[in-house]
Amino acid sequence: MMTPRNRMFLAAAVVLVLALVPQVAGNFTVSLLNDVGIGALVALGLVLFTGIGGATSFGQAAFVGIAAYASAWLTTTQGMSPWIGLAFALALTGLSALAIGMLTLRLGGHFLSLSTIAWGLSIAMLFGNVEALGRHTGLSNIPPLRIAGWSLAEPRAIYYLIWALVGLAFLFSRNLLSSRPGRAIRGLRGGATLLASVGADAYRVRLTLFVTAALFAGLAGWLYAHMNRFVSPSPFDVRASIEYLLMAVAGGLGQLVGALVGAALVLLLKNGLQDVLPLLTQRAGQLEAVAFAAVFILLLHFARGGLMGFVRRWTRGRWAAQPAAAPAQAVAPLPQRTLPTRGTPILSVQGAVKRFGGLVAVNEVSFDVNAGEIIGLIGPNGAGKSTMFNLLTCTMPMTSGQVRFMDRDIAGLPQREVARLGLARTFQHVKLRPHMSLLDNVALGAYARTGAGVLRAGLRLDRAEEQQVLQEAQRQLERIGLGDRSHEMAGSLPLGTQRILEIARALAADPVLLVLDEPAAGLRRKEKMALGELLRKLQGEGVTILIVEHDMDFVMKLVDRLVVMNFGSKLVEGVPAVVRADARVQAAYLGSVV
Amino acid sequence: MSWDVALILAMDGLANGSVYLLAGLGLVLIFSVTRVVFVPFGDVAAFSALTLAAFQTGRVPPTIGLVTVLAVLATITELGSLWRRGELRRAPRALLAWGVLPLVPCLLAWMAARPGVHALVQILATLLLIVPITPLLARVVYQPIADASVLVLLIVSLALHFLLSGLGLLFFGPEGSRTEPLASGVFTLGDSFVVSGQVLLMVGSAIVLSGLFFLVFERTVAGKALRATAVNRVGARLVGIRPARTALMAYGSASLLAGLIGILIGPVTTMYYDSGFIIGLKAFVAAIIGGLVSYPITALGALAVGLVESFASFWSGALKDVIVFSLLIPVLMLRSYLSRHEEEEQDEVDE
Repeated sequence: MMTPRNRMFLAAAVVLVLALVPQVAGNFTVSLLNDVGIGALVALGLVLFTGIGGATSFGQAAFVGIAAYASAWLTTTQGMSPWIGLAFALALTGLSALAIGMLTLRLGGHFLSLSTIAWGLSIAMLFGNVEALGRHTGLSNIPPLRIAGWSLAEPRAIYYLIWALVGLAFLFSRNLLSSRPGRAIRGLRGGATLLASVGADAYRVRLTLFVTAALFAGLAGWLYAHMNRFVSPSPFDVRASIEYLLMAVAGGLGQLVGALVGAALVLLLKNGLQDVLPLLTQRAGQLEAVAFAAVFILLLHFARGGLMGFVRRWTRGRWAAQPAAAPAQAVAPLPQRTLPTRGTPILSVQGAVKRFGGLVAVNEVSFDVNAGEIIGLIGPNGAGKSTMFNLLTCTMPMTSGQVRFMDRDIAGLPQREVARLGLARTFQHVKLRPHMSLLDNVALGAYARTGAGVLRAGLRLDRAEEQQVLQEAQRQLERIGLGDRSHEMAGSLPLGTQRILEIARALAADPVLLVLDEPAAGLRRKEKMALGELLRKLQGEGVTILIVEHDMDFVMKLVDRLVVMNFGSKLVEGVPAVVRADARVQAAYLGSVV
Repeated sequence: MSWDVALILAMDGLANGSVYLLAGLGLVLIFSVTRVVFVPFGDVAAFSALTLAAFQTGRVPPTIGLVTVLAVLATITELGSLWRRGELRRAPRALLAWGVLPLVPCLLAWMAARPGVHALVQILATLLLIVPITPLLARVVYQPIADASVLVLLIVSLALHFLLSGLGLLFFGPEGSRTEPLASGVFTLGDSFVVSGQVLLMVGSAIVLSGLFFLVFERTVAGKALRATAVNRVGARLVGIRPARTALMAYGSASLLAGLIGILIGPVTTMYYDSGFIIGLKAFVAAIIGGLVSYPITALGALAVGLVESFASFWSGALKDVIVFSLLIPVLMLRSYLSRHEEEEQDEVDE
C-alpha cells in the first residue's frame, strides 16, 4: 500500500521536475509541454464528464474555441486586457455550456453523445462564418499575457502559468471527487433512480459536471489564444474534440492522472509520427491522420482502460489512493430530525390505482403505516407489490388515489422530494457503486442532509461538513455491523451483505420511514436471520419500516402487521396470525380447492 | 420569396432529401441490427462517386487498392480469431471468403477500367467494388468488439470516419470530381415549372429502393432474420439466427445503398474525398428523428432535412449546415421528452 507520505513525495518530485524542465530543456520541448498542459486541462474535464460521469462529449474542442475566440476578440478588436478576456471567456464558455447542457443533458445514453457531435460541429462552423471573427482566416495579433509588467510571450514564461493552472485544476478535481457533490457524480452511472433515492437530481449533478468540464476547456482555450497569439476555426472542430477524447481514453478514463498521462502520450506520439513519417513517405500529413485514427481504434479494442488501467493492474492497486476515512476524533454529529412519536400515522395510502393501458396493476389499495411499526406488504408473484412500492416512493406516477406522507400529499412529487421528506428506500436489484468504498456508498445516503456544492468542495471549504458526513456514515456502518470493513469496495461484498449495505445508505438519510424492496430475495437462511435481527433492532431504535416481500416465512416472524395483495387489489390486512389463518390468503398462495 | 423560387427550392430539397432518405435507411439498418452508429457511411458514398468518376475518365479506380488493403486486413483478423479459437482447419474457407471473394470485383473493375466501356457497365462495376467495403471494415473494426457498449462503438465509428477520410485522401487525392449526368433532359410541369431528369431520377430511385427495402423486410426470410436480430439479439440467436451473419448482411446492404447514393449524387455535386461526412451527418439527423429504429419516420425526417437545408441555403448559404445540425437539438429534446421514463444504467467506457 502506498502511504500518503509516499504519495506526497511522488507529487513533490513531479512538481520539481516540471519546474526544472525549462531550465534544462530546449525551446521545442518547452513548447511541446505547453501543448501537453493545455491538452491535459481539456482531457481532465473529459475524465470527469465521460470517465466518471459516464456521458461522452464529442464537442469539447468547441468550448476551447468559444473561450479562445472570446478572449481573442475582446483583446484584439476592443483592446482590452487579456485578464478581462479571461473573465469574459470563462463567462461565455460557462453560459454556453449551461445553455447547451440544459437543452441536451436530459437525453439518455447515445442520443446525448450524438447531440454533442451536432453542436460541436455547428459551433466550429459558426467560427468560420462570422465576419467579426475573421471567418476562415481567424484572428491574429492577439496580445501576450502580462503579469505585473512581465511579459509571458516566450514559451518558457507562459510554461509556468500553464502548469500552475493544470496543477490547480487537478487539485480542484481531486477535492471535488472526494466530497458530497463528488459522491453524487460518481453515483451518476448508477442511474437517475439511485440518485433520486438519496434526494439528488441526476440532471442537475450532470449539468454542473458538464459546466465544470466546459470551464476547464475554456481555461485551456484562453491559454491557447494567448500562447499562440492567433486563432482560426480548424483547431476547434470535431476532429480536435476526438483528439481530446483520445487523450482521455489513452491515459485512462477512470483516473484523473489519466488526463495528464494521456495528453503527454498523444502529443508525443503525434510529434514522433511527424518526425518519422516524412522519412518513410512523401504523404506524411495524410498518413498521420490515418495512423492516429488506427491507434485510437486499436486502443479501444485492446486497452479501454488506457495506460493508467495497465498501471493499476501492474501495481495491483498498491498505489491506489486510500479511500476517505471517518475522522479519528469525534466531531459534532449531523443534525437529526425529530422522529414522530410512536403510533402516529406517517404514511397513508388511499384508493391507489395504477393502470398500464388496459391492465390494472394496482386497484383501489388503501392502508396506513404508523410510526414505530414494521409493516409487511406481501402477495404472490404478479400481485402488484412492486408497482405499489413504486407508487408510494413516487418512482412512478399513479393513475388516481392519494398518498399522504408526514401530512403532505406526495402523489405527483418527484422521487427526490419524497426522499428529502424522510422516505428512504432500498432496491430489489441492488444499486451500489461497486468501485466506491463502503463508507462512500453510505455517505452518499446523507446527500440531502448536507449542502456543499462543487465550488465549496473543489476549494476544500467543505471539510467540517465532510467530517460530519463521514462520521455519520461510519456510525451507520457500525449500526449494521460492517464498521470494520468501511474501506473495502462495495463490489467485493456478497449479495446478502450488499443488501444490508443498502439499508445503511438509507439510514444515513436519517429517514422517518424505511421502505425495503424484497430485502430477503436471494439471501441464504443465515443471512435472512441476520437481516431479521437487524430490522428488529432498528425498530427498537425508533425506525419505522415497510417491507415489500414475497418470502412469507421471513415476513411472518418479523412484522407487526401485514397487508396482503393479490391481482392488484388488497386482499386482507391484519396481524400475522390472523393473516396466516385467512382462507383467501391460503388460496392465493397455495391455490384453492374449488 | 415568390412561389416559383419556393417551388424550385422545394424540388431541390426533395432531391437532397431522397439521398438522405437512402442513407438514413442504411444507418437505421446497421444500428438496429448491430447497435453501431455507422458514422463513416457518407465516406463510403463519396468513395462510390469518386470510383465512378475514375471509370469515366478512363483511369483504374484507386478503390481497387483500398478494397485489397481491407481484404488483407480482414483476412488477417479472421485468421487471427480462428487461431485463437484453435479452429485453424477452417482457415482455407476463411481465406476464400475474406481474402479471395472481395478481389473478384477488383478484378472485374480492373477489366472495366478502359475507355469505351458502356456507362451502365461502369456503374455496375462501381457498385460491385463498393459493396465489399463496409462488410470488410466491419469484420476488422466492429466484429471483434461486437459486445461493447453503444458508446464505445460510437467512439470507434467516429475514429473510423477519420481513418477512412485519411485513406480517401491517400487513395483518391485532394481533387474533386463530378460524374456525367445519368439522366439528361428536362420535363415541364404545368405552364412554366421545369424539373431536371436527374432530380426525377433521384426521387424515383428513393421511392423504388425504399419500396424494395420494405418488401425485403416484410416478405423474405433474410429480412425477417434482420428484424428479429434488431428486436432481440439473444432471442434471435436462440432460434438459430447467427448475429454475425445478419450483421454482415446489414453491412452489405448498407454498403450497396451507399454505393447507389454516390452514383446518384455524383452528377449534381462535386465530390471530394471528405464530402461524405456532411452527407452522412445529415442522414443522421434524419435517422435520429426516427429514433434510430423507425424506417418510415426516418424517411419523413430525411425529406424534412432536405427541405430545411434547401430553404436555409436560400437565406444563408454559409450557415445552412449550422441550421440543419441545430435542427437536431429540438428533435432530440422531443425524443427525450417522449421517452423520459426509461431508466437505463449508464454505459461504461473503460470497463
